[in-house]
Amino acid sequence: MSRRRIVNGVCAIALVLALGAAYVVWRGASAGTAAGGAPLDLARAGSIVYVSDDGLTRQTGSDATGPLCRRSYVAGGTLSCLYGLGPAFSSELVVYDAKSRERLRLPIWGTPSRTRVSPSGSLVAWTVFREGDSYMADGRFSTTAGIYDLRTGEHHGSLEDYTSYVDGQVVEAADVNYWGITFAADDLTFYATMSTGGRTRLMRGDMAARTLTAVRENVECPSLSPDGTRIAYKRRTGERWRLHVLDLVSGADVALAETGHVDDQPAWLPDGEIGYVKPHDGRPTVFSVPADGSGAPRVLFAGASPAGIG
Amino acid sequence: MYLSATRSAQAGRTTPPGGAAKVSGTVVALGVVSLLTDMSAEMVTAILPMYLMYGLGLGYLQLGMLDGLYTGASALLRLGGGYAADRLGRPKLVAGAGYGLSAMTKLGFPLAGASMAGIGVMVGVDRLGKGLRTAPRDAMIAGATPPEALGRAFGVHRTLDTAGALLGPLLAFGLLSTVAEGYDVVFVGSFCIALVGVLALVFFVREPVPADRSRRTALREAFAAVTAPAVRRIWSLTGVLGLATVGDMFLYLAVQQRLGLPPAALPLLPLASALTFMLAATPVGRLADRVGRMRVFLTGHVLLVGGYLLLAGGARGWGFAVAVLLLHGLFYAAADGVLMAHAGSLLPERIRSTGMAVVQTTQALARAAGAIAFGVLAQTVSLGTAFAVAAVALSIAVTAGMWTESRGGAA
Repeated sequence: MSRRRIVNGVCAIALVLALGAAYVVWRGASAGTAAGGAPLDLARAGSIVYVSDDGLTRQTGSDATGPLCRRSYVAGGTLSCLYGLGPAFSSELVVYDAKSRERLRLPIWGTPSRTRVSPSGSLVAWTVFREGDSYMADGRFSTTAGIYDLRTGEHHGSLEDYTSYVDGQVVEAADVNYWGITFAADDLTFYATMSTGGRTRLMRGDMAARTLTAVRENVECPSLSPDGTRIAYKRRTGERWRLHVLDLVSGADVALAETGHVDDQPAWLPDGEIGYVKPHDGRPTVFSVPADGSGAPRVLFAGASPAGIG
Repeated sequence: MYLSATRSAQAGRTTPPGGAAKVSGTVVALGVVSLLTDMSAEMVTAILPMYLMYGLGLGYLQLGMLDGLYTGASALLRLGGGYAADRLGRPKLVAGAGYGLSAMTKLGFPLAGASMAGIGVMVGVDRLGKGLRTAPRDAMIAGATPPEALGRAFGVHRTLDTAGALLGPLLAFGLLSTVAEGYDVVFVGSFCIALVGVLALVFFVREPVPADRSRRTALREAFAAVTAPAVRRIWSLTGVLGLATVGDMFLYLAVQQRLGLPPAALPLLPLASALTFMLAATPVGRLADRVGRMRVFLTGHVLLVGGYLLLAGGARGWGFAVAVLLLHGLFYAAADGVLMAHAGSLLPERIRSTGMAVVQTTQALARAAGAIAFGVLAQTVSLGTAFAVAAVALSIAVTAGMWTESRGGAA
């Protein structure tokens, strides 16, 4: 092997490595300063805050940008931002007030799945996947859902610490998982999904009593309407989920006009429609569909985690 | 006990005890190329499910489909790569094309966006590259090594290769912790490392000079050579053993569930197997040079039977999990490179790539079929019972292998 060949090889390899290192350094530097636009206006009624393609939170009707998130939600002048850290299965929940000041930074073990804020802006909730390689075992996964009270600093780290009741019986199964918390206006009541023994149930939670009570079967990722009377959710049929809206008063359950597979926690938008995310043109896209089962799905914009400001 | 065949005795006894033969620079260089390429591939594999689920929001159904595509894509493509290398007499060229192709896909993933079809194509092309390069690369290792030191050479190569597979996820998570949500950084990093691998191949691997490059290996000649009794015995035995082998995914799942480990331990289990494989590959390869490669290859399967029995029994706890993974890693050390060393010692140079491709393809297809059969079985009975059945099936296959080898060797 000639000396010249060795020199050429070493130079070519050094060049590639230098370019790669430069890219990493450049991206590392730009990630910190990416949010250069105007701040989000968490009080602007009628707008939707969402996570855009580049990972930044943005707002409809303006070019404002907010923090880098995987999932975000806005209510009552509070923005919660859940994002994944590099090391496997770890996340951070960061909560901002209306002036973009950081109110809370909470490390969470798991990969981001959902986050919600109560209508008053006082409670934040999150769901993370605890078993990152759930794809290995065909649909098996484990989740953890928790709540933080910004007024008192009370940390409900996992709903598994609550007592759950199904038909009056305490649930003692080991395979229990909770996900998809949604808050009522009283800052005490919330709804979430519980799964055990291959079944999912809608649970009504009581933060004061630390209890969860089963309401109905096959309701996942609930989202309570602003008036607290209806729940938008995804209903499982085989390997597919379809969006439905359940009337908590009458018990009427309506399938929405979106007939495709939707794996998202829906959100109530300012116009009373249901917002949700599914892939479109090769990227995650926010859609909306009427909440009463009429009409047809409509593409809103590319992005994820829509949160309507009422 | 299995009696060493005369041929393995011939292959082994020429090396002085202690293995004075040095591993050639070509083998080490190819090992480094594999280290870089595996590192690059595992960087992407480690984050791909996260990227698809959280970056792009695909569901479990699509992930499952992708996984199927990932594993089943390219077994048959190896045959084409192997034959092309022999026909052209240019194994380095064909292997280089394979390495280059896989490197390109690392940039293709972010460009494909969330399009399932796009990602499917990228995964397919990546596997195509792997299929193309494996047999010519192993043929180059065999070509650069004296027959009596083949086990050791393949052992060194597999050690480097597995080290790359272990380093990849570490580097990926290291990059992700430096740049939050920086999936593009991982893809770019993976591409750069793959490119360095290709450059290392181009500049630092010496292509073995064939005796006569002008004479092209005809398809008929290749076919006759791989169906010659000695060669046929290798791939038919490999096929039978492969059919009785349980898929790795099931094994890890069983270790976690049957032995009562927390679900969070699941991602760590493959690392334990890989670590054992990495540490044992070279010493086991040297052992194979001394005592006979077929004997070590079959003994590896006996160890695997032991692992299956532990999973079938009622044992629980970390100690047994470590024992099973140790046996699993040793099985790989005794079965993977050693098999190629054995094939390399029997295949004439002119059809070496083709022959190795045939052995590898048979093994891959048989293992895929075995994995499906096991999946069906595990669903009908229980996971524990399925492992008991697999242990019996593998024992029968190993016994049959010992019998044919002792007969074939004596004939």
